[in-house]
Amino acid sequence: MNSSNKIFERELLVKSTTDHLAQIREFTKSAAAECNFSDETIGKIILAVDEACTNIIKHAYKYSPEGNIFISSKFENGKFIISITDEGKHFDPALVPEPDLLQYNKQKHAGGLGMFLMKKLMDEVKYSTLTGNKNQVVLVKYLS
Amino acid sequence: MADFNVNLRGVGSVSVIDVKGYLDAHTAPELENVFNKLLDDQQFRVVVNFDELKYISSAGLGVFMAYVETMRENKGDIKFSNMKENVYNIFDLLGFPILYEFFKEEKEALLKFDAQG
Repeated sequence: MNSSNKIFERELLVKSTTDHLAQIREFTKSAAAECNFSDETIGKIILAVDEACTNIIKHAYKYSPEGNIFISSKFENGKFIISITDEGKHFDPALVPEPDLLQYNKQKHAGGLGMFLMKKLMDEVKYSTLTGNKNQVVLVKYLS
Repeated sequence: MADFNVNLRGVGSVSVIDVKGYLDAHTAPELENVFNKLLDDQQFRVVVNFDELKYISSAGLGVFMAYVETMRENKGDIKFSNMKENVYNIFDLLGFPILYEFFKEEKEALLKFDAQG
């Protein structure tokens, strides 16, 4: 079995507070590092996961600290797949507009970049609703 | 815990903010506090020195987006210096170089303010 076919699986469950972001980044870093990604690509994956979890804390749980964020990662067939699940408010990603930086600056608008960044940094970003009122975002990076 | 530090110093008429460590949704409020203090003190000419910043997420970028227009309305600006490549790449990905000035060295950013009078 060569390294691109190895399956690594890891899981992390944290509460929905921003002080867990550092832990989430560490988890992502060590999982991605096992898959032989370059440091630059690991940096992109870490940021995408941070953005996804920040959006969950901010929008799905509205900063309520008692929510659960469940992260699982696996590597198979040359793909690093990170699934992030929450039980907060559902949102429709189709309703999130493309960011307009010039307008955001003029309007002193501080947010709205996270989802756009995730799409730029990863090869695939998929949102879905699971049974039991759970939301899931799946981020995929190919080992090329 | 994310490791982040922010320091404010005055260089002539310019306020220099040194950021260090990890700037994310958890630590961005510390940077907002510094910008709020600058507004209270009517200081609108700002250089952010990124020399020791290791990481930034969009929550960090959002702080600059929230304040830059106020600085510019008051004849000031937020200019960036000493950014590491990995941090610059995130600003670049989001199109910041079109709307903000980036300098290799803090001194160059300060000189640009001097030149603007």
